[in-house]
Amino acid sequence: MRTTRKYKILQIFTLILGTLAMAAGSTVEAQNTPALTVAAAADLQPVLHSIGEEFRRQSGARVEFVFGSSGNLQTQIENGAPFDVFLSADRGHAEHVISAGKAARGDEKTYAIGKLVVWTPAGSKLDFSKSGLKTLLGSEVKAVAIANPAHAPYGQAAVAALQHEGLYDQVKAKLVLGENVAQAAQFASTGNAQAAMIAMALAQSPQLARAGNTWEVPASDYPPIEQVMVPLSGSRNPALARMFAEFMLSAPAQQVLRQFGFAPPESSR
Amino acid sequence: MNWQPFLLTARLAVLVSAVLLVAGLPIAYWITFSRWRWKFLVEAVVALPLVLPPTVLGYYLLVAFGDATAVGRWYRGLTGHTLAFTFEGLVVGSILYSLPFAVQPFAASFAGVDRHLLAASATLGASGWRTFWRVIVPLSVPGLVTGIALSFAHTVGEFGVVLMLGGNIPGVTRTVSIDIYDQAQMANFSAANQTALVLLVFSFVVLSLVYALNRRVWAVWPFQ
Repeated sequence: MRTTRKYKILQIFTLILGTLAMAAGSTVEAQNTPALTVAAAADLQPVLHSIGEEFRRQSGARVEFVFGSSGNLQTQIENGAPFDVFLSADRGHAEHVISAGKAARGDEKTYAIGKLVVWTPAGSKLDFSKSGLKTLLGSEVKAVAIANPAHAPYGQAAVAALQHEGLYDQVKAKLVLGENVAQAAQFASTGNAQAAMIAMALAQSPQLARAGNTWEVPASDYPPIEQVMVPLSGSRNPALARMFAEFMLSAPAQQVLRQFGFAPPESSR
Repeated sequence: MNWQPFLLTARLAVLVSAVLLVAGLPIAYWITFSRWRWKFLVEAVVALPLVLPPTVLGYYLLVAFGDATAVGRWYRGLTGHTLAFTFEGLVVGSILYSLPFAVQPFAASFAGVDRHLLAASATLGASGWRTFWRVIVPLSVPGLVTGIALSFAHTVGEFGVVLMLGGNIPGVTRTVSIDIYDQAQMANFSAANQTALVLLVFSFVVLSLVYALNRRVWAVWPFQ
């Protein structure tokens, strides 16, 4: 008796699952594909939405953004990811993509200079305006979050700044590494780390700007974070990819970048 | 080759499987033998870590360890630091993450024990406790071994939870999977391959040993 009932239930389950699977299969094809897919470093997340909208208004082409760490995106591109443009958070990863033959040398252009800041959650008593990065030496600072300097440009900048101020050896034991700047910020915004050294752009995003305070690390403390882009040779629409790269340097896009705390590319020279 | 992440991962996996053995037995016992009408709800909760993506689970643990929760503040008041970025934090996270991998095989093997034997044990005057250790556990050894092996393997290969709440501190929270990820991020693929290979070989050896011991004991030795 019992087993036949269980068997019935199993039958019904299989039927439902089968129907769902068919429904899922049919809807996937219905979605249209974007004209352009741009692989972008994580620190651009707050910025690119409005730039994409503006580009669409001007060109009529829909741009989709894929965010990740520059290192991950580089690996994906080198292994044939179908992206049209690569917006790296530094020069090195863009150079790698060129060396791997996935983009033409000479096409790479600096589109912005990133700024490093220290972000502290609201309610924190740390005041960086007085003694700068030395504030991190305080005993109330248990953990300082930075992006992993092994592969994240802002992590490298953070280490460079600490070294430049002669603080690295003392702060080293407090460093906790996020996979990227966004995760470093998360360590601090959840209250697990007392400060995070992250990208200005991220600190300016509505969520973080509301939830804490930002102090800009003096630009003389670290080498400029040149954010370099390159249109990819595997693009199915190379003309449009180039157009987007040019658009990143146009006045409207540069204005958005400035709003989020990036310095214009010419300021590095 | 840097061995520190391997030692750390081995320590973490051994500790987590030990805790899950101790904690998993009563949970599995309760799930198997309770007659509570709503017990399926508990079963569902135990299975939830299977559904949550590890990074999401890790994120919620990070929030839970932080300032936003009473538990987080209590722990900080007690120790002066957060549970995130510590080895203990990883242990807590891994226990939650691997809980279903221990409890489900335990419960399945308990359920497979012939109820007549339990009744016989009771009629011979054995207490529930004695029946558990003398009848249920010996008959469930394969299931227990499977549960332990799965939680061990699952913890060794754990990535998302550690990534989210570990902070990548060498010797404390930089496990093998994080180390491999970092090497791959640096485009250091030969180092990543080497580490991954050692991890695979190590895990294969440990798991083969466990499953070899798990063969019916009397069949291992041919001359008996």
